[in-house]
Amino acid sequence: MRWLLRKDLRILRRSRLLLAVLIIYPVAIALLVGLAISRSPSRPRVAIVDETPPGETLEVGSQRVPVGVYARQLFDQVQAVEVPTRAQAIAKVKSGEVLAAVVIPPGVAARVASATEAAQLEVLYNGDALEQSLVQSTLSSALANANLGFSAQIQKAAGTAIGSLLSGGNLGSIGAPENLIGLTQIPPTLEAIIARQPHGHDRVELERIDAFAGFAAQNLSLAKRVLSIVGQPIRVNSVLLHGRRTPLNTFAVVVAVSLSMMFMCVLLAAGGVALEREEHTLARLTRRPPGAAARSPHRTGRAGGELVSREQLLTEKTLLAAGCAFVLAFAMLAGISAFVALDWSRAGLWLAALAFGALAFGALGVAIGALAREVRAASLLAFLLSLPLAFLALVPGGSVSSGFYDAIGVISFVFPFKAALQALDAAVNGASPAIGLSLLHLAVLAAVFGALARVGLQQVE
Amino acid sequence: MSAVLSVSAIAKRYGELQALKDISFEADRGELIAVVGPNGAGKTTLLSIIVGIQPPSAGTISRAGGEDGSAVGWAPQAPALYAKLSVAENLELFARLEGVADPSSVVAQMLDQTGLAARADELVGRLSGGNRQRVNVAIGLIGDPPVLALDEPSASLDPDQRERLWEFVSARVAAGTTVLFSTHNVSEAQRYASRVLALARGRLLFDGSPQTLLEQGGEHDDGDLERALVRFLRERPSYPEGTL
Repeated sequence: MRWLLRKDLRILRRSRLLLAVLIIYPVAIALLVGLAISRSPSRPRVAIVDETPPGETLEVGSQRVPVGVYARQLFDQVQAVEVPTRAQAIAKVKSGEVLAAVVIPPGVAARVASATEAAQLEVLYNGDALEQSLVQSTLSSALANANLGFSAQIQKAAGTAIGSLLSGGNLGSIGAPENLIGLTQIPPTLEAIIARQPHGHDRVELERIDAFAGFAAQNLSLAKRVLSIVGQPIRVNSVLLHGRRTPLNTFAVVVAVSLSMMFMCVLLAAGGVALEREEHTLARLTRRPPGAAARSPHRTGRAGGELVSREQLLTEKTLLAAGCAFVLAFAMLAGISAFVALDWSRAGLWLAALAFGALAFGALGVAIGALAREVRAASLLAFLLSLPLAFLALVPGGSVSSGFYDAIGVISFVFPFKAALQALDAAVNGASPAIGLSLLHLAVLAAVFGALARVGLQQVE
Repeated sequence: MSAVLSVSAIAKRYGELQALKDISFEADRGELIAVVGPNGAGKTTLLSIIVGIQPPSAGTISRAGGEDGSAVGWAPQAPALYAKLSVAENLELFARLEGVADPSSVVAQMLDQTGLAARADELVGRLSGGNRQRVNVAIGLIGDPPVLALDEPSASLDPDQRERLWEFVSARVAAGTTVLFSTHNVSEAQRYASRVLALARGRLLFDGSPQTLLEQGGEHDDGDLERALVRFLRERPSYPEGTL
């Protein structure tokens, strides 16, 4: 088998273009996927037309909230391009310079203050269905966040107004009365006065006013608390049930490395087996001529009749592809660790995950190669199979219907990508399921695909 | 003469199709045997069974004597070589896989015999069809097999390349190797073969010298063997006119 391995390494070394493609292509794909997963979407570029008069405020009791706060909140959510007129905003949207435009109309403060009709913004966009969907979802989120921020400002103003009503004192605004008595101070003050009053009609009236003041102060305190609750009625407390919290960027590393390993390993193994058919050497290597087992003592070949048994051939191709992919994957992990913090104390687990993953991918590759009759067909088949396998394994639960997700689960289970991803995620990030289960899964898949490859090689020519 | 190869009652069936039926013959040392017949006669199937690519459905193949070498060497119709390896590297690889005692001297010997010593370091992918076929045949001879099977060895060669290939093969036959080759080119069989096996519809209809076939086909000694073969087959009851 070592002569076959030596031969394949020699051929690989001479196929520089193939080698370059086998390394550069998966690394490029892996990096793209990694970047796509690890980077949150950039803020959309949106034109904003603020038609509200400068300095316009929204009155909340004795407090004033500048309407410009809303625009500023919106600016924080998007990559804002301020334009003075609606016409200019439309022109920018049409030219594609901005994804959409938001027009804040002049009467927004009055509408909010009226409390009878909601203030409305105008959103302008165009594009195809995909772009429209992106604009809608992105802007909905941005506007919701801006609304939340503006709402917090209004709540704060309302809270301050209610606080002043309860505590009294100076309101702080120009022209406002000073040293006001607070609602909470009225009952004790009034009770002292009542105590000095003779019994009679006036005292009874004062006692009624005292009771009302106490009741009003109590309920206004409640209103202040209610205001803080309605702004964000339900807060979220996340609890991770199992595994370790995996940072998105280290998960992206795992995805990128697994993808690279799969592409290189499957393509190399499939191509290696198919090459033996394409060069017509498979029959020469594996034929069993009559009388070949009879050997003289000084001869060492054709132990079982054939030059190389089919099992040896498949093992050699699997090991070659797995070895190359293993080295590439480990080099990627080591290189990436310069930019992303990876725990090197777990390197032993990385090696185990990479080794089992590479072997399973190699076995899948030789199975594909055994089915195909030429290298191009094998490469195409390997590529067409690998790409959807990777995407299916990355579909999160709940993002598709349960029936479809179950089907995806079955497909992902019978191919090695998801198991390799889980093994590497467990090795690198300590994620669940435990690495032992994934390694066992990969070992079983390697055996199954190896057996399928053996069956595929039964028919030599 | 002693038989180096004995084929006894070989049959091959693919489902309903009877590809070979009751084929028996023996080959002696130093014979050059042509297997001829129309398309679908079973020539390649017979050779592939003899060289061990596929098992027969019935019958046996045995090689008598000669435990000191590979049983049956084989050169397929399409050269089975690694295009990205040089001539010497291809020869060396198969010499090592065959387990010959001294691979380097075997490679040197083969390069010498094929006349490719000057091109030993050239990649096989860059060789002409004729030279590639010579390397292909040389690999079949590594391990010094007493029997060499060649499947359509000159099918894609020009006359000059064909001539040089037959010089090489004839030298091996003269050295005692038994060569069995399939061909569509009956004049090639007439020119080089010492014996002809004529197959049709999976049956062995003729086994004898080219002269005997000429006779049975109604041709003179210097007549056309192809014409004789066609006439011979048409006269067989199991081979009606129009199927050639």
